[in-house]
Amino acid sequence: MTNTQIPPARSQSAPRPPAALVRPSARERGTRLLATVFLAPTIVGIVVFTVVPIVGSVVLSLFHWNVIDSPRFAGAANYGEVFGDSTVLVSFRNTLLFMVLAVALQLLVALVLAITVNGRMPLWLRSVFRSAFFFPLVLSAASISVVMKYLFNQDFGLVNWLLGLVGIAPVPWLTSENGAMAAVILVYVWQQFGFSFLLFVGGLNNIPKEVHEAAALDGATGLRKHLHVTLPLLSPTLLVASVVGIINALQVFEQPYVLTNGGPGDSTRTVVMVIYETAFEQLRFGTASAVGVLLFVLIMAVTALQFRLSRRFVHYQ
Amino acid sequence: MSHTTLTTGRVRHSLAPWARIAGLAVCALLTLGPVIWTVSTSLRTPAESFDLPPQIVPSEPTVEAYRGVFAQIDVWLLALNSTLVTALIAVGQMITAGLAGYAFARLEFRFKKPLFALVLATMMVPLQVTIVPVFLVLKSMGLTDTLLGLIIPAFPTAFGTFLMRQYFLGMPKDLGEAAMLDGAGPWRVFRSVYAPLAAPGLAIVGVLAFNYHWNEFFRPLILETSGQNYTLPLGLVSLQGNLGTGSVSVVLAGVVLSMIPAVAVFVVGQRPLREGITSAGVNR
Repeated sequence: MTNTQIPPARSQSAPRPPAALVRPSARERGTRLLATVFLAPTIVGIVVFTVVPIVGSVVLSLFHWNVIDSPRFAGAANYGEVFGDSTVLVSFRNTLLFMVLAVALQLLVALVLAITVNGRMPLWLRSVFRSAFFFPLVLSAASISVVMKYLFNQDFGLVNWLLGLVGIAPVPWLTSENGAMAAVILVYVWQQFGFSFLLFVGGLNNIPKEVHEAAALDGATGLRKHLHVTLPLLSPTLLVASVVGIINALQVFEQPYVLTNGGPGDSTRTVVMVIYETAFEQLRFGTASAVGVLLFVLIMAVTALQFRLSRRFVHYQ
Repeated sequence: MSHTTLTTGRVRHSLAPWARIAGLAVCALLTLGPVIWTVSTSLRTPAESFDLPPQIVPSEPTVEAYRGVFAQIDVWLLALNSTLVTALIAVGQMITAGLAGYAFARLEFRFKKPLFALVLATMMVPLQVTIVPVFLVLKSMGLTDTLLGLIIPAFPTAFGTFLMRQYFLGMPKDLGEAAMLDGAGPWRVFRSVYAPLAAPGLAIVGVLAFNYHWNEFFRPLILETSGQNYTLPLGLVSLQGNLGTGSVSVVLAGVVLSMIPAVAVFVVGQRPLREGITSAGVNR
């Protein structure tokens, strides 16, 4: 928009040319300079510590390298190895299954709790609940998994004892394939839902009061109000929460590593566990890089799909 | 101050308030249960570790397990290293993400779209994919087995930048336009109009950075080879590894100790978070 009005002068020492003539280009130059300064730390850091290493990963994936001997060119051999390796293939299946179940559960729990916490209650109680729900976020995934391993123990764990109180027979959490996957998902969601919850609470508070009042005047209450008023207004937050949730879930490592070490069999072995084992236990850096590149492609594909879908469902105010 | 007005009068909730609160209380108990169990078990004797039902308040509390942790690892050095690394990363990320997020949300410049696509793309890159090349880059800089090697690569944060961009985008555009009509330049619009509103978003970035890096395990494991550069999680894992006795309470005591600073920051960080959350949005 053009600005013909001369602003109230702050310094009157020098006569200024008419604002409409000079302002736009000066402002543009100022904006570009500011943008350069603001972006420099992030962009330089990302190029040095992420872009260069990504290219490095792709290059490494084309070589046989055990760090000790000098690298030998391998062409696509590492990729062939990966696709012929049932453990790697199973790890991709496990990771996708984990991602779908864990993210769905995480978003659902966080959304229901955020909306419920935002209902009428004493302020102190609301802040107690808020604090409780995102508290697990401050704990270390590795050490809390050590704790959870005790709690999910089939014979003397607290979880099965509690289930026993309501008449459920002991579940072989860490020793059966489905039980292990369920335990990994539960421990992961227990720790992660607070992050989505935090985002949702922030998003809900960003919805102007007037919107709720207007909805109330139109007779929208309870579930209907949330479906037709709250959710669309919350959709930018939902997008952030689901994008980050999926990216994090595809990288799950500590929980299965500590709880089950990928077992029983390969039933909870995830892609990142395979990368870790291949690179740092077997010293096959080329193969590990190839798995990493494939994981990277998968994450890119899933996220691109999400942004495409979000164009239809996300409403910015 | 937010929703008290709308819950009076004609608006009814589908659930009775007491039912909602009871449900939330059960959920809160499930959420905190494992932590309560950890603290109380760390104060019990090993023989009572697995008593069912667990004694929430130990009948004979003992700090024996805590003596065990201090005897087996240098807790103070580990805590100092963790504090340095975590605090510097958190502050650095708030600065870089706040500035870059604002630029992407509210400034016009060339190559904006490809640069933002670059940031988004790197957000999707698992650390584990790039750890070998990152290690080589740090080695060429002489930063392996130093705390700086952990700190510097963590300054740029693609996720923080994305979060701050969304945050600034959620702020009304006419605030800045009004300031521009009053003659404010781009820096002043940022400094006086949007930056003060960004505190809640920055608090989220800072708290998340603190949590992530305080608890970080993978990078320190690979980068730090000498014990004097270990951070707490590494030290705790070595404690677990060294535990021939298999004392549950010593492990849990270590877990509790490593939680204390994180919990302290969480409590202090609650205030800016809550203030931010309630004052964010349009306060005209």
